[in-house]
Amino acid sequence: MAKYSLKINGKTKQVDVDPSTPVLWVLRDHLNMPGTKFGCGMAQCGACTIHLDGNATRSCVLPVSAIGKSAITTIEGLSENCTHPVQKAWLEHDVAQCGYCQGGQIMSASALLKSNPNPTDEDIDIAMSGNICRCGTYLRIKEAIKTAAKN
Amino acid sequence: MKNTSNRRDFLKSSVLAGGGLMLSISWFSEAKAAEKIATLNLPEQWSELAAYIKITPENVVKILCPNPEFGQNVMTSLPMMVAEELDCDWKNVVVEMGTHDNVKYGPQFTGGSNSVRMYWRPLRTAGAAARQMLIEAAAQTWGVPASEIITNAGVLSHSSGKSAKYGEMASKAATLTVPKDVKLKAPKDFSIVRNSKKNSEGTKVVTGKPLFGMDYKVDGMLIAMIQHPPAFGMKLKSFDATVAKKMPGIKDIFSFKLYDDGFEQAGFDTRTFNEMIAVVGNSTWEVMNARKKLSIQWEAAGEVKEMMVGRGGKTEKIVPGRLETTSKQLEMMAEFANGRHSAKPAKELRKDGNPETAFKNAAQVIERTYNAPFLAHNTMEPMNFFAHVQDDKALVAGPLQAPGWMEPTLAKILNLPADKIEIQMTRMGGGFGRRAYGSYVYEAARISQKLKVPIKLIYTREDDMTYGIYRPMYTATYRAALDANKNLIGFHVTGGGIPENPIHANRFPAGAVDNYLADGWEITSNITIGAFRAPRSNFNAAAEQSFLDEVAEAMGKDPIQMRLDLLKRAKENPVGKNNDYDANRYIGVLELLKEKSGWGKPENVGKKRGVAAYFCHASYAGHVVDMVMRDGQPYVESVTSVVDCGVVVNPDAARNMVQGAVVDGIGQSFYGALTHKDGVPEQNNFHNYRMIRHNEAPQKIDVHFVENDIDPTGLGEPPFPPVFGAVANALYKSTGKRYYNQPFTSEQPKS
Ligand code: FES
Ligand code: FES
Repeated sequence: MAKYSLKINGKTKQVDVDPSTPVLWVLRDHLNMPGTKFGCGMAQCGACTIHLDGNATRSCVLPVSAIGKSAITTIEGLSENCTHPVQKAWLEHDVAQCGYCQGGQIMSASALLKSNPNPTDEDIDIAMSGNICRCGTYLRIKEAIKTAAKN
Repeated sequence: MKNTSNRRDFLKSSVLAGGGLMLSISWFSEAKAAEKIATLNLPEQWSELAAYIKITPENVVKILCPNPEFGQNVMTSLPMMVAEELDCDWKNVVVEMGTHDNVKYGPQFTGGSNSVRMYWRPLRTAGAAARQMLIEAAAQTWGVPASEIITNAGVLSHSSGKSAKYGEMASKAATLTVPKDVKLKAPKDFSIVRNSKKNSEGTKVVTGKPLFGMDYKVDGMLIAMIQHPPAFGMKLKSFDATVAKKMPGIKDIFSFKLYDDGFEQAGFDTRTFNEMIAVVGNSTWEVMNARKKLSIQWEAAGEVKEMMVGRGGKTEKIVPGRLETTSKQLEMMAEFANGRHSAKPAKELRKDGNPETAFKNAAQVIERTYNAPFLAHNTMEPMNFFAHVQDDKALVAGPLQAPGWMEPTLAKILNLPADKIEIQMTRMGGGFGRRAYGSYVYEAARISQKLKVPIKLIYTREDDMTYGIYRPMYTATYRAALDANKNLIGFHVTGGGIPENPIHANRFPAGAVDNYLADGWEITSNITIGAFRAPRSNFNAAAEQSFLDEVAEAMGKDPIQMRLDLLKRAKENPVGKNNDYDANRYIGVLELLKEKSGWGKPENVGKKRGVAAYFCHASYAGHVVDMVMRDGQPYVESVTSVVDCGVVVNPDAARNMVQGAVVDGIGQSFYGALTHKDGVPEQNNFHNYRMIRHNEAPQKIDVHFVENDIDPTGLGEPPFPPVFGAVANALYKSTGKRYYNQPFTSEQPKS
């Protein structure tokens, strides 16, 4: 066990966990933040995507000991009151079916738009192909990303 | 349209605590849905449905959604049906998920593309009744005739200038008698139904609110995981948990039996292994790590006898002990298909005319065999469930499609009366049929029963994929007999599977060919199988629709025209009885598909297009897919889809569902396969079980619905099966080669 002080969504949180514990489980089990989802545990599905210093990162393979001073943003902290343009675009296009993958999709999409405000279809495919949607909402995700890019 | 409940009173009103109206709804489903339930072996009383409407003095309309949500949008579409007839403002509607009440609410089953179908009349009738009671309350309060009161978006008004919001009249309305006969709106007057409404939980989804079973948490809850045998056909021999138990955070490790000896399994009690090891601890990561330190001996399970119980009474099932390997499974299926296997002859399922003679006299016989592998459901949210079992009661909560079927089994294994078991339903991260089977719920209950503390059982992705309840492995051989003029004079399909026969004998082209034969056979197996989005249809539509494509080619006909000609025959002069499709609706879908896809238009002539259409779950769906070669790989670039599912309640969400089905179909047909080697599943996570991804999804999927006023029929499943056939047919156009074995990208599954 070891103590960590983590910057999450603008706040500092303390945890006392095994250093190998993935950030995914620190968030879900220890910090009561279940917005970040478990899908595969091996960086294959993107359900657990968070931002680490603004970059989309798979939290299921990221040990808490590797965080250091980096800032974590989760879907819960992406915006106050659902005001982020990506979240708004997601609602406008009514993207979700079951919704389980969508937190991870939104985190990947918002990181993409931050680094590339006007992505092409190909840019979107490349940035998003690590996020599986079992319900098949890919088209709407792409449309929503384009809408968000405009705003 | 008048709607009278002749079975019995099904609406009850009561005053809400704090004022307001509550209207409880329970309803014996109509014959159509009941028929479906009969095929699922359910006790009859479970075909009862229930829900409620609450109108508070603050004018908030709460509508309980009786059925669990797994992405099919019922938490929006079912309340829309109530709101339509209630004539309230959709903005004031709050949707709540019902808890399970087997007595009051029935099966609350999500599956079989049934939710909207089952509730279409009951929920609208309830909405209309509540509206009528509010009108009556206003009439009495104002001293005017009820017939002079009109409603609009939740407001009652009278020509004298009097007006009131529903909430103001709700408490009084609650004291009135529930009307026996109510008038339902004609479809032309719909103002909420047929007008797209956003997902009622959309904001919660995009802000990461806890909605799913995985997110369920109570104080003091422990995390549990299960170690199961590594192969189908194996069982636990012994284990040593000394090291694992000493790992940090671990509370207990023990083996448990899911069902006691002699347990009689009902249809949805399917479980893969009966004895497993539970690892229970404080946190997920600690439990995952401790699991790795278990030292376990497994042994061959051998042949196992199981008692099954259903409507037809009790039967004994012998589960064979062999450790299965995919190549051997394929060989065995081929032996059965050729009738070379002596174990069991194929069973005749339907025969019209004289197929033997037709094939003997044929100028040309076309024969093709199609194979498809097991498929894992791979719901994005792996199986999981919360359980807190105490001496005298139990609470279980999580994602499940059919709480009503699980309650009796829970009662049996926990030895508790059903009314002491509370089942809470969370939003599901996908279902696709997998969550109709309750074994993971019972596993959670068993673990909590032993420890008497609240636990949450979590499957890893590997657990989820390697001890699944899969789509069966299927094969079918189709034969067509053509005469010298290239007329189709005989048709024969023989199909089978491990362990289920896929053939729907009374579906198209049955009814359209004079001499027709369908037969089937089954090979028993220890690999557990169950419903998977449009069970059986998802294979048949692939095989039959690509076979018809080949037959059309041999006949020198356009593939759509060939189907239309056959359907015309089925419509005007059907062969045989029990054809379970409506040729008219089938034709309607193909005609619209032709028009919307610009089929045969000069601008589309050079395109590599495949077409297929299919009927299931009382609906009709067809697709035209346009394929291109991209980086040497076939890629479905755009799709035109047409569906006839009667009235479309929530059009934009319905389009989403069809688009999702198309993407799912392309993914499964190209990549989906769960293969085995000596009983061990060869795929265990997304690195070796390929799922369709963003860059592989089409750029465009145009969805069109046949417009009619037919009561809604299924939607979640029907658009899925024909995708497989359309993809196969487009592959032929793109590559010049016919694809007979799924998944198409590898032609042959491994091992
Ligand atoms: S859970 Fe992290 S990528 Fe799948
Ligand atoms: S919406 Fe269900 S997995 Fe993406």
